[in-house]
Amino acid sequence: MSTTISAQKPGTRQSSAGRAGDSVFSGLSLAAGILIFAVLAAVALFLLLQALPTFAAPAEEITGGQGFFHYIWPLIVGTLIAAVIALLIATPVGILVALYISHYAPAKVSKPVGYVIDLLAAIPSVIYGAWGATVLAPALVPLYNWLAENLGFIPIFDGPASQTGKTMLTAGIVLAIMILPIITSMSREIFTQTPKLHEEAALALGATRWEMIRMSVLPFARPGIISSIMLALGRALGETMAVALVLSSGPMIASLIKSGNQTIAAEIALNFPEAYGLRLSELIAAGLVLFLITLVVNMIARAIIARYKEFSGAN
Amino acid sequence: MTTSTQLGTSPVRQSKLTRGQRPKWLVPVIGVAAIVAGAALAALVGFSIALWALFAAVIFLVVGPLAVGLIEGSRSGTDSLMTFLVYAAFILAVIPLISVIWTVLVNGIPGLTSNMLFTSMNGVTGFHDNQADAPGSVIGGAYHAIVGTVSITFWATLMSVPVGLLTAIYLVEYSRGGWLGKAITFFVDVMTGIPSIVAGLFAAALFGMIFGPSTRTGFVAAVALTVLMIPTVVKNTEEMLRIVPNELREASYALGVRKWRTILKVVIPTAISGIASGVTLAIARVIGETAPLLVTAGFATAINWNSFSGWMTTLPTFIYYQIMTPTSPTNPDPSLQRAWAAALILIVIVMLLNLVARLIARAFAPKTAGR
Repeated sequence: MSTTISAQKPGTRQSSAGRAGDSVFSGLSLAAGILIFAVLAAVALFLLLQALPTFAAPAEEITGGQGFFHYIWPLIVGTLIAAVIALLIATPVGILVALYISHYAPAKVSKPVGYVIDLLAAIPSVIYGAWGATVLAPALVPLYNWLAENLGFIPIFDGPASQTGKTMLTAGIVLAIMILPIITSMSREIFTQTPKLHEEAALALGATRWEMIRMSVLPFARPGIISSIMLALGRALGETMAVALVLSSGPMIASLIKSGNQTIAAEIALNFPEAYGLRLSELIAAGLVLFLITLVVNMIARAIIARYKEFSGAN
Repeated sequence: MTTSTQLGTSPVRQSKLTRGQRPKWLVPVIGVAAIVAGAALAALVGFSIALWALFAAVIFLVVGPLAVGLIEGSRSGTDSLMTFLVYAAFILAVIPLISVIWTVLVNGIPGLTSNMLFTSMNGVTGFHDNQADAPGSVIGGAYHAIVGTVSITFWATLMSVPVGLLTAIYLVEYSRGGWLGKAITFFVDVMTGIPSIVAGLFAAALFGMIFGPSTRTGFVAAVALTVLMIPTVVKNTEEMLRIVPNELREASYALGVRKWRTILKVVIPTAISGIASGVTLAIARVIGETAPLLVTAGFATAINWNSFSGWMTTLPTFIYYQIMTPTSPTNPDPSLQRAWAAALILIVIVMLLNLVARLIARAFAPKTAGR
């Protein structure tokens, strides 16, 4: 079998060489571990260093002419809107699909279905973006027109609707499709770990299948579901290409079916290639903000997972 | 069907026990009725297949549970409502997948010419695109992007696999639950959540400070991808090393083998299938990354094998630029054709990598008897 490892050194018979090998190897692996810290610290440090000119620059020189906060605020709002739309759609669908795989589908079907959902996660984001821009956006135009006509009194459906369909709502839907596999695969894993005895006890007491799920599966899986949603939120906040390709950006507006709004990630991707000087630093500062937002979201998710691990006996 | 869990045991005394149970034909009949009614309603508003499906689904989801609930009681009604919802959610989730793959196939196959695979975009201008009238006569292709994808991914793999592997070894073999191990695990988890564009910005900022602003080469992109790849490799490898049975390690120690030899000769070979498939999946993940490459690798139209100088294009950025800035603004079709063909190539590569990962995992099936 071809399992020889290249890092092997000749002459390991002698015990001194063996001892040296031991310390070298443990030193190497420790160094690799510490490198992780270094990388993470470097990410924060270099972003901060390059972003500094923005914070130091006078307000008139920042894009928009009214300071960095005024520039970044609509982008943060846009990022949150897109992520919230994505979560609102992907959470119920993702959990229901996970239930389908774990509790509803016949055993023969559930494995391939799980594989198909993993495939959904493997498709590169730029392809989702291209699909969203060319297929989904035009297909949604009639819906947007209908929304603008009939629900136009609600600010988020304020018309006239975009006739290309390249709106915040479309971007949110594409994001939802992209984060669905995260929610599904994590929830499914936890659903299948539900103690069989709990489920059988519920059924034996005469519960219907849904009552069984509501009373034994969901309470057991709640922390896991929450953390999967948080992780999906982190992904949705940082997703770039889907938004860059799907959304035709503009100033911040309330309506989700007009073109307008922008997210941090897409703003960076669209402007970075041509940026220089202060603009470059501005975009890096925007990246730093995005980094901090996703960091907080991910840390909360991990904290929930860590707490949950202590309770769960399924380790 | 769905209620067999509570009442399905005694078929002999049907009259008594199955009273208040819905007839078997009820749900299919409601389904057919919903489809017909949906078609009628859709025709009233202005017919389209999407509208038809929507109306049919809504009618079914309302009438079905209501009917079941009236016959069997509200608990059964809720149960069947949730059952239908679960199936509906599944169908809803599969539609975009089919649509994406269908779109890529339909739009990508006509563009998959030998030009596409073996020539670059060097010298191709809007003039050439305006001349192209059939899919076969489009010149220019993605060869330079394939070259860029391969070399950038190669460097990223070369940097992230040793670091990831050694970190996982530290976590499993050396740290054994120490505070440093816990901290590293936590930060690896944090790293998993770094948005890809931020990783790109980090690499750009790092090299910008060392080699002057706007340093863009394939290697900068590889550094960005390394940041994204390391946590995946660590997580996968760690999981695989943990399921290597301790008896193997102890047997090796008992024979007087040193720890590092034990790790290299016993632990890693036992887990190699899982590690290899994990690395393959990590490659599949970063090969489709677009955002970090936009800010680190620049955009090239010519073939560049050298990751350390000059701009590079990869398949994802090629797709992006062909869509966003068509070579000929007045006639974007040839550019779109190239973009979809490149998307097809990319999807095939990613799927193949996933398949290879599965095959590796299966072929070198674990030599262990579980944990």
